[in-house]
Amino acid sequence: MSEAALSVEEVVAGYVPGVDILRGVGLRVDPGEIVTVLGPNGAGKSTLIKVVAGLLRLRSGSVRLFGEDISSLPAHRMMARGVGYVPQTQNVFAKLTVEENLEMGAYVNTRAIRRGIEQAYALFPDLQRYRRHAAGRLSGGQRQMVAIARALMLQPRLMLLDEPSAGLSPLLVGHVFDKVREVRDIGVTILIVEQNAKAALAISDRGYVLAEGQDRVTGPAQELLENPEVGELYLGARRGLA
Amino acid sequence: MAQYIADGIILGATLALGAIGLTLTYNILRFANFAHGEFLTFGAYFALALAGVLSFGPNLGSLTFGWSFLLVIVLAAALTAGLAILLDVVVYRVLRRSDVAVALVIASFGASLMLRNVVVFIWGPQPDYYSRAIAIAHPILPGVRVTTDEIFVVVLAAVLMVALHLFLTRTRMGKAMRAVSDNVLLAQVTGVNVANIIRLVWIVGGGLAAVGGIFYGLTVQLIPNMGFNLILPMFAAAILGGIGSVYGAVLGGLVIGLAESLSVIWIDPGYKPAIAFGLMLLMLLVYPSGLLGERP
Repeated sequence: MSEAALSVEEVVAGYVPGVDILRGVGLRVDPGEIVTVLGPNGAGKSTLIKVVAGLLRLRSGSVRLFGEDISSLPAHRMMARGVGYVPQTQNVFAKLTVEENLEMGAYVNTRAIRRGIEQAYALFPDLQRYRRHAAGRLSGGQRQMVAIARALMLQPRLMLLDEPSAGLSPLLVGHVFDKVREVRDIGVTILIVEQNAKAALAISDRGYVLAEGQDRVTGPAQELLENPEVGELYLGARRGLA
Repeated sequence: MAQYIADGIILGATLALGAIGLTLTYNILRFANFAHGEFLTFGAYFALALAGVLSFGPNLGSLTFGWSFLLVIVLAAALTAGLAILLDVVVYRVLRRSDVAVALVIASFGASLMLRNVVVFIWGPQPDYYSRAIAIAHPILPGVRVTTDEIFVVVLAAVLMVALHLFLTRTRMGKAMRAVSDNVLLAQVTGVNVANIIRLVWIVGGGLAAVGGIFYGLTVQLIPNMGFNLILPMFAAAILGGIGSVYGAVLGGLVIGLAESLSVIWIDPGYKPAIAFGLMLLMLLVYPSGLLGERP
């Protein structure tokens, strides 16, 4: 088997001592893939992505990026290793301008600012118009674009997206996910955690369903969409996928 | 009237330099540092000690000091920045991990008392002056007389504020500082080592406070209580301008300085400190985000 872009093994983690949110999670993302982690509220999706991003220390298990163990790296070292993380909420510097937000994306390698900004405007032409606006003044969709563009400034190997559809209208959700696919097409491997299963699986290669801190079901995206067991785990009811 | 305005601007320059550090620590470290006034006091007294050993050359024009005092200011600011970092390492850093948010504020009260008494212990309780020379006030406008020292204070304060503005908007570290103040988690994710930025906050805040203290020593006098007496007007300035906003702190400092100075035209000078608080309360009641603060 070829080397995984990201491999998470037997990860146990939590915020409060003695309370584990993740209880032995494993997953694998191959280079060039889009993989989505689904699951109901409280399943540990955000916790999982925080562990990968270095924002939360794991209690046991391992996280490997292209074979290299990054389990104990703090968050501020991740950007230099090629991990771009887009948090769910407050994912832009609200008081900084759009262009300053992008510059911050290349904080650890300021020589890459020019090239990164050119790439950002090529991918998100709308942003150029708002480059001198405070990012906090933009609409939710535009902020999401700024956040993704910021995470891409240093050509990461892996991009982590935490609920990219949160708070967006259905039309914008489609637009954001189209952009995510474009990002993959320029060579970035992508891990998404999402509640909006349909929209995320539509662009994903594979998916995992997380429940009660463990990965329960995995498979190609299309299969997961049709798997009734997923619906049960996910919604705890027979209502099909949201 | 014009004279009071001039005096208000001079006091405002000192308050503004102090309020900048206060607003930065509030915004980035999320607590009101009541020991910040002692950074002004220590800055002023460090300069007094340094001026005793580092005094050379003639006085510059009609200033009461020579070139060597500029070196003294830089060194005193550096020592004060060091003191601020030391205080952070010994006291605040440990308490930041605590869940009790008010612990930091109360600890800063304690640190303030302790530092103030260290000043009394080393330099004594009596007032001091940098120079026994008499500063002669010159008329600069009809009805306005200021000393050359006072002009120096206002000009250097303005230069420092422009420098701070350029630092915050043009440099990598300055932008990182604004980024951390905006969103700590996101700043970490973009690769900013927050511990370095916290050190930078103490360096900038402590250094500017020291200069503010030296200005007070030059234009008024040095007493161990000086920082303590200035801390509340500085808080008033920071809140008036909008807590967290560096530009608001500068504006707030000037407004409070002017208000305190002008108030003596109409009311007994003994009530002067009440003016700052009156303004602060009024601001909190009618416009709680402050003049230049972020509206929620």
